[in-house]
Amino acid sequence: MHSESSYLPAGLPVPVAEPDGLSAPYWGGLQQGRLLVQRCASCGCWQFGPEWICHRCHAFDPAWVEVAPEGRIYSFERVWHPVHPALKERCPYLAVLVELPHAGNVRMVGNLLGDPRQEVSIGAEVTGVFEHHPQAAPPYSLLQWRLP
Amino acid sequence: MTARTLRGKVAVVGIGETTYYKHGQSPDAEFKLALQAILAACADAGIHPHRIDGFASYSDDRSDATRLAVALGLPRLRSATMQWGGGGGGCCAAVANGAAAIATGQADCVVVFRSLAQGQHGRFGQASGAGAAAATISGERSYLAPYGVISPPQRFAMRVQRYMHDHGVRQEALRAIALASYHHAQNNPRAVMHGKPLDAAKYDASRWIVEPFHLFDCCMENDGAAALVLMDAERAADCAQKPVFLLGAAAGSGERFGSTAHNSTAYASANFGTVAPELYRMAGLGPKDVGVVQAYENFTGGVLMALAEHGFFAPEEANDFLTLDNLVAQGGRLPLNTSGGNLAECYIHGFELLLEAVRQVRGTSTNQAQRNDVALVVGGPMVSPVSDLLLGSANVL
Repeated sequence: MHSESSYLPAGLPVPVAEPDGLSAPYWGGLQQGRLLVQRCASCGCWQFGPEWICHRCHAFDPAWVEVAPEGRIYSFERVWHPVHPALKERCPYLAVLVELPHAGNVRMVGNLLGDPRQEVSIGAEVTGVFEHHPQAAPPYSLLQWRLP
Repeated sequence: MTARTLRGKVAVVGIGETTYYKHGQSPDAEFKLALQAILAACADAGIHPHRIDGFASYSDDRSDATRLAVALGLPRLRSATMQWGGGGGGCCAAVANGAAAIATGQADCVVVFRSLAQGQHGRFGQASGAGAAAATISGERSYLAPYGVISPPQRFAMRVQRYMHDHGVRQEALRAIALASYHHAQNNPRAVMHGKPLDAAKYDASRWIVEPFHLFDCCMENDGAAALVLMDAERAADCAQKPVFLLGAAAGSGERFGSTAHNSTAYASANFGTVAPELYRMAGLGPKDVGVVQAYENFTGGVLMALAEHGFFAPEEANDFLTLDNLVAQGGRLPLNTSGGNLAECYIHGFELLLEAVRQVRGTSTNQAQRNDVALVVGGPMVSPVSDLLLGSANVL
């Protein structure tokens, strides 16, 4: 599940972990082709985005566990008006919000690969595609989504 | 112990605003705009500005309370409060914070205001300062911006899309909200869109910004300032205008609302699920008592969800309720955004809505609602924290 080209053009901001390292396991995992999400070792609560504490039982430092990059479309948007110079020639494009039923229904934002003018169905099942940006400074990876 | 409430304790005694300008067209510095609005509000109240002893604002307003007090030569400054959170979520909370200072004896005369000259400081809501041109990004935006989800309409559209899906809401419901603002702006000489009417065909033909938002579903960007003066009920009685009392105020967020990467528990929401009940509880009123509403239109979809969460209709009734006829001041069931609001009067981050609610209760709006003893203001849907306010006349105390 590797892609050689990126869905959106180069030039968008490069995601990096915060100075305190909170999200470093997430971004590091994507670079290795693994999706990591927080799950509290004490109470089993899933949590995303990451935090230093479990929002349910207040145990510190929730564990990071690997989950299958599979989910379903919770919502979506088709963007027509570019607000970043890198996107000037790239509209429309599709962003989707994907929920992961096997990981406590946590949600994450990505792009839906394929025709940006396609009909999108909320509830449709999608599979993750790791999109690597090895030439970026620093290198990073994103998680995109495609219909089966 | 006596009830903990602001109901009837504090009143708006004066309102003032600058000329409203298109984005980047203010001839005056932003701080000067703030001063102009404040002096206009004092003149409206019939008080000397030296009676001001407090300031309240929101969204990290750059016109600092200390600089204002120094510039105005105030004999003393007492209360100075800033509501946390960006956007217009704090526009009502700033008034409540100022009122709380008065009700608890920490100030006697508080000015609440918002000032902005975006041409001088970069566009509001636009990625700016740290991160705009920066090569790297962290935190909330790192889960969004690399996927092209950057600007405010892009960050809010998916909440509205899900809501429309869940409840079968049609585009026409959003359109009615936009049409109402533009309709009212045609009777309001202050409005930036005065003389620029909008009809259904023009809305339908307008370009998409991000589905489900057309151009006219999105607020303008403007320069200007607006201010109001608060005093306790006793002092308010001696001022020049009919006092407009705070009946209720609430602010805040539901469970994990605004959690990173779109993980709010109630995602398809304007975030008034916990806030609106607190507002009505303090006021001792319900949605049926409200005669006129000013609801912050960052995007029409936020107004749709906010009105439902304030109990004016069930989500499934949105298509029937949200029609232009129902939303106009003249004969409408629920007159909405009677100055033109953020879409068509001026985007002062919702503060122009507060001034219009005061005019409605006074009976001096250019689009006067027939039922005007209770006016609702809703601030900053879909952000965290949000806030709302009920204003009313002495008749309902």
